[in-house]
Amino acid sequence: MSLDLPFVWAFVIAFAVFAYVVMDGFDLGIGILFPTFKPGPERDSAMNSVAPVWDGNETWLVLGGGGLMAAFPLAYAIVLPALYAPIIAMLLALIFRGVAFEFRWRDPGHRPFWDVAFTAGSVVAAFAQGVTLGALLQGISVEGRQYAGGWWDWLTPFSLLTGVSLVVGYALLGATWLVMKTEGETQSHMRRMSAWLGAGTVLLIAVVSAVTPFLEGAYYENWFAWPSVLLTAQVPLLVLIGAVLFFRSLRKGHERWPFLLALALFGLSFVGLGISMFPYVVPGAVTIWQAAAPDSSLLFMLVGASVLIPIILAYTGYSYWVFRGKVGQEGYH
Amino acid sequence: MFDDISALTLARAQFAFTVSFHFIFPAFSIGLASYLAVLEGLWLKTGKEVYLNLFKYWLKIFALAFAMGVVSGITMSYQFGTNWSVFSDKAGPVIGPLMAYEVMTAFFLEAGFLGVMLFGMNRVGPKLHYMATLAVAIGTFISAFWILSANSWMQTPQGFVMNAAGQFEPADWWAIVFNPSFPYRLVHTVLGAYLTTALVVGAVGAWHLLKDKGNAGARVMFNMAMGMIAVAAPIQIFAGDMHGLNTLEHQPAKVMAMEGHFQSHPDGAPLILFGIPDEKAATVHAAVSIPKASSLILKHDPNAPLAGLDTVPREDWPHVDIVFWSFRIMVGLGMLMLTLGAVSLFARTRRKLYDWSWLHRFALVMGPTGFVAVLAGWVTTEVGRQPFTVYGLLRTSQSAAPLDAPAVAASLLAFVAVYFIVFSAGTGYILKLMSHAPHPGEPGLEPAPDHPVRTAGITPAPGIPVHRAGQGDAS
Repeated sequence: MSLDLPFVWAFVIAFAVFAYVVMDGFDLGIGILFPTFKPGPERDSAMNSVAPVWDGNETWLVLGGGGLMAAFPLAYAIVLPALYAPIIAMLLALIFRGVAFEFRWRDPGHRPFWDVAFTAGSVVAAFAQGVTLGALLQGISVEGRQYAGGWWDWLTPFSLLTGVSLVVGYALLGATWLVMKTEGETQSHMRRMSAWLGAGTVLLIAVVSAVTPFLEGAYYENWFAWPSVLLTAQVPLLVLIGAVLFFRSLRKGHERWPFLLALALFGLSFVGLGISMFPYVVPGAVTIWQAAAPDSSLLFMLVGASVLIPIILAYTGYSYWVFRGKVGQEGYH
Repeated sequence: MFDDISALTLARAQFAFTVSFHFIFPAFSIGLASYLAVLEGLWLKTGKEVYLNLFKYWLKIFALAFAMGVVSGITMSYQFGTNWSVFSDKAGPVIGPLMAYEVMTAFFLEAGFLGVMLFGMNRVGPKLHYMATLAVAIGTFISAFWILSANSWMQTPQGFVMNAAGQFEPADWWAIVFNPSFPYRLVHTVLGAYLTTALVVGAVGAWHLLKDKGNAGARVMFNMAMGMIAVAAPIQIFAGDMHGLNTLEHQPAKVMAMEGHFQSHPDGAPLILFGIPDEKAATVHAAVSIPKASSLILKHDPNAPLAGLDTVPREDWPHVDIVFWSFRIMVGLGMLMLTLGAVSLFARTRRKLYDWSWLHRFALVMGPTGFVAVLAGWVTTEVGRQPFTVYGLLRTSQSAAPLDAPAVAASLLAFVAVYFIVFSAGTGYILKLMSHAPHPGEPGLEPAPDHPVRTAGITPAPGIPVHRAGQGDAS
């Protein structure tokens, strides 16, 4: 076998999940920050800055879930029942926040209700995703080809920590996105928020990173074994550099850099996650090769994915380009 | 108080509930996306403003229905894992790639261009905007293609081998995608979606005609919808019949349950019109039937022998009463749709399409029947597949996730509560939009040029005076 299909698919799924975090992160973040906006134009323009793209953003989550089932059905079958409560909570939360985009325009009388639904949905979805990540990292008990734990196993201080971290991190993405997309008072408000949220995010990245290697023997090995530590040590170093650049760009009043650098921090955390977990898809229990679907499944999908994903990225880019620029300006050209 | 059986039952109830709720929206948006593409195309071709007004009128409704379809659909893509993990492990290698193709070829296409379709007319101009509308419409169709292929494979599985891990391992993808029941199910479902949309559009048109016979928009939508029903209803009945014959070949027990045939009939089976099926006694009480008609329909020979459920082991029976009734509901509504189409044709010949208020009342009452028929049809085919998830090969009882009943019960309650709040609000908003008569200068979803983005707006957007009639066919 010249092509290690499970390995390739692990990258494709990881890419889909990261694409989801990049794109839906800021729009969940806007939901999280929503109560800090003044009702009226400020809320409306925040909402408008993501209304045309949120649906596409969430599609990456469907690709992540559907792709996991297709490429690593055993992992999908073990992980989802193990994380039952947070995943159901996430799905319900996404329903509330997704419909709020449309409903708040349709029903001015109940707009405060749908605004709360938008915020609560965004916070719960982000928190549940963070909990899911933490629960996966801390390990899942497996017997044969099935999950063998109870339905509250996911609930630990660590998973709560990762839950809070993701809420803060997404809020940072949302704030920096709005620095890019808005002007005037809203923008300066978001600059101030970005500074606080940036500090919180960096702190939480540090805490989670410090705890993770001690959750599971393999993680420690993956990070600190000689000589690979020379390589893995670059990740925290880059996080540090990224953080410094982030605060500098914010202070200098740049509009795009804070968002891009916040994304870079997420990217580096994601690389760190990969270093911890690889080659396991269910940490400590199932590797990507054990979980992989038969080659006939993986190859069939790879043919399509290698053509379709670039096309998807192209027209997603086009859609963002159509709605480029500051929100609220479109009336003036 | 909960045991293993009830965990399974709860998981089934949850799936049935969430998938039924979900399918209401695609059943509407598949047809509506095509209708919008037709309206915008007619506007671009003829430059008549009435088409643009109708386009904007239905676009607002589409935005709501589509959003509800998306969020209820995300649930589905995870529910296979949360509640049906053993099924996912075993059938994932076959079903998973089909769904991954659905995401890659359809969901992204729809989602990617939906933003442009809803909000982008002023930014990209009418031509590119029309491309976006077409992309969304085509996307809904591609989506139906893949998900129905996956569903059909569960009904008529082929093209696989079993591997050492107990999984269905794909051997021939062509055979998997184009499994025997797929072409029939695809045609039947897509036609069902078109009919459902036409019935809704027709009812909205009828409602406004009842209030004002002269409303130009109402006349156009009623005319188009009645035309669609007159054409699609007979084709749908024919397609449904073909689908039934295909089911008889591959899933005979399902047809036996639909027909209420507990006993075999060696020389011509009767067509049971009505009756009360009794599974325990294996008989249909108070049956009203036409002798030999079932053999005539299914075998095209009144004396052809037809096997009954007595040839199927009891543990492989589907729930006969559910399948029996849901099938009759679907067929009965189909006949009413055929009648509506025929009456509308008659009204056309008398040039009374916009005048006969009893016809408008009939069309109004028929408005929601597409949804009922579609759901009844799905109940027939899905309950008829039981007690298997992969027909004949993997039992439903061996497909579920190892969950505690309280976990499933809690999540089921949460789904019911959330869906009730969210989707009843959404349906209310759709009805509110429908209650407004279509009128010239219909507002769309975009911010108007002289209004900086929906300022404290009462409506999302005031009228858009940009693309007037006639601009579309320039150049």
